[in-house]
Amino acid sequence: MALELRSVTKRIGGIQHIKPVNLRLEPGHFNVLLGETGAGKTSLIKLMAGLDRCATGQIMMDGRDVTALSTQKRNISLVHQFFVNYPHMSVFDNIASPLRVAGMARSEVEARVEEAADLLQLKPMLRRRPHELSGGQQQRTALARAIAKESNAVFLDEPLANLDYKLREELRDQLPDLFAGRGAVVVYATSEPEEALLLGGRTGLMHDGRVTQFGPTAEIYRNPRDLISAEVFSDPPINAAQIQKQGSEARLNANVKWTLTGQAADLTDGPYTVAVRPHHVSPVKSTDDAVPMMGTVQVTELNGSESSAHFLLGNDSWVSLAAGVHPYRVGEDHRFFMDASKCFYFGPDGTLAA
Amino acid sequence: MRKRNWIVIIYILFLLLPIYWLVAMSFKTTGEILSGFSLFPQTWTFDNYRVIFTDPSWYWGYINSIAYVSLNTVISIAVALPAAYAFSRYRFLGDKQLFFWLLTNRMAPAAVFALPFFQLYSAVGLFDTYWAVALAHCLFNIPLAVWILEGFMSGVPVELDETAYVDGYSFPRFFITIFLPTISSGVGVAAFFCFMFSWVELLLAKTLTAVAAKPIAATMTKTASSAGYELGLLAAAGTLTIIPGAIVIYFVRNYIAKGFALGRV
Repeated sequence: MALELRSVTKRIGGIQHIKPVNLRLEPGHFNVLLGETGAGKTSLIKLMAGLDRCATGQIMMDGRDVTALSTQKRNISLVHQFFVNYPHMSVFDNIASPLRVAGMARSEVEARVEEAADLLQLKPMLRRRPHELSGGQQQRTALARAIAKESNAVFLDEPLANLDYKLREELRDQLPDLFAGRGAVVVYATSEPEEALLLGGRTGLMHDGRVTQFGPTAEIYRNPRDLISAEVFSDPPINAAQIQKQGSEARLNANVKWTLTGQAADLTDGPYTVAVRPHHVSPVKSTDDAVPMMGTVQVTELNGSESSAHFLLGNDSWVSLAAGVHPYRVGEDHRFFMDASKCFYFGPDGTLAA
Repeated sequence: MRKRNWIVIIYILFLLLPIYWLVAMSFKTTGEILSGFSLFPQTWTFDNYRVIFTDPSWYWGYINSIAYVSLNTVISIAVALPAAYAFSRYRFLGDKQLFFWLLTNRMAPAAVFALPFFQLYSAVGLFDTYWAVALAHCLFNIPLAVWILEGFMSGVPVELDETAYVDGYSFPRFFITIFLPTISSGVGVAAFFCFMFSWVELLLAKTLTAVAAKPIAATMTKTASSAGYELGLLAAAGTLTIIPGAIVIYFVRNYIAKGFALGRV
């Protein structure tokens, strides 16, 4: 089973909401759609699920064109961000409902519901109604319904977004195991880069209705194709600034310049955009070739064992994220060090140059 | 007892007084009612009720009323359900205007429609049938039911519909086995209001019927018979008229609170 999108687009009232998307999603690992709210993740899932019609393009399932096939006939599952269960049915009936609709024998239905309930620790609640459950249990019920159906494709649209932190971590650890070995294409939409990294598999980065990059998660994290992809796959936001390359020197402003090495040194001279992730900008000098820069601290945050500082570098707002507690004073200049070996260089058209 | 409680008790007594007076009257003879003031029936009589339950011209009034009211409620809900679903789930050209226009039907007094309905139903042979009154009341009740149901339906996230389609439900099966149970309180509230408005409406019901479908409210206006004023009988009929409404309210009382919360009642 594989799910393939060929130049799929969607229009809403004359505006192209989903720009041509080409994707090939395979089973056996998580396919994460990562993008901020409004990037088109849910819209794309709705197209794949058949809940919306494509304006153009084709959707193939196992080489079969399902573009015109109704949702009911696609044999898929969908878990929403909000906990959606049938309110008048017990948890058991909720999990069993897609199986009963398909006309499955009673004994088979019971066996599958038992298995799914077991996996998601819902056994003691099978007789209860959804509104008698906690949020986590409600979402597990929705997940159990998706698992029991053993469908060809499972779409998880930010399923953990409305759960509290602890539950979210617990369920996220469990998710890959739940769907492992079932042969279904699993598509997982999220707005958190961290989730994409944790769930592994492959990731498609979405921005403004386009899939800007798709590939093995770690690979696209290390090698963003363009500035937008790098921005989508970074939290806190990736730091970016205009630089001028001349010879082997990169010059950000009068005070911040460094010597380029490796591929970057071979680039033709001219303007580039340098981008570096916040945790490669530190208030502590860690390597000898770290680039010092002075910035005016604007906001500081201490999240557990990490401290972050937002500072102004020229006209750009940068973020530093470093382990440990650092004494920043808001409004004062502070010295930061950028690890130049971790920098990305993007050409004027936004694509990765080095 | 605190002062505040007394105010509540006095207020409730004030509200209940006319109903008590009606019930008390229904157990009195007409002679006693006319003879003067008495808090309790001096001579208890069930004759008034006996007359109503044995005289066809009386009990048929009830049967007729219940028949057209039930028919109207069923038609109103059956028509309003798909309409309300469309209004709550789809955006189409002029949807808001259509919705408003539906509601404006409720703003005209019933008397405005009495003449056209009378003429129309006489022409097509519907005059003096249950259908005549039931259909005429639809003019008021369908917009009301659409409005109430739309509120309840819009409270159900569209993701529920999507989940059902993904699970393999066809639209009709989803609507009947998933959606209707989900908004059952809305259906209850809408049915109650249709029932109530149809039950208390007198002008159209009286205009559009003669003998065969004559409602109880019309029967009650013939109190001055050859025997003079039959006030006890009238009181008994009035008491019996309150009962169906009270029964229906009992069943939907919790749902109505939900309707209020949605701002739709």
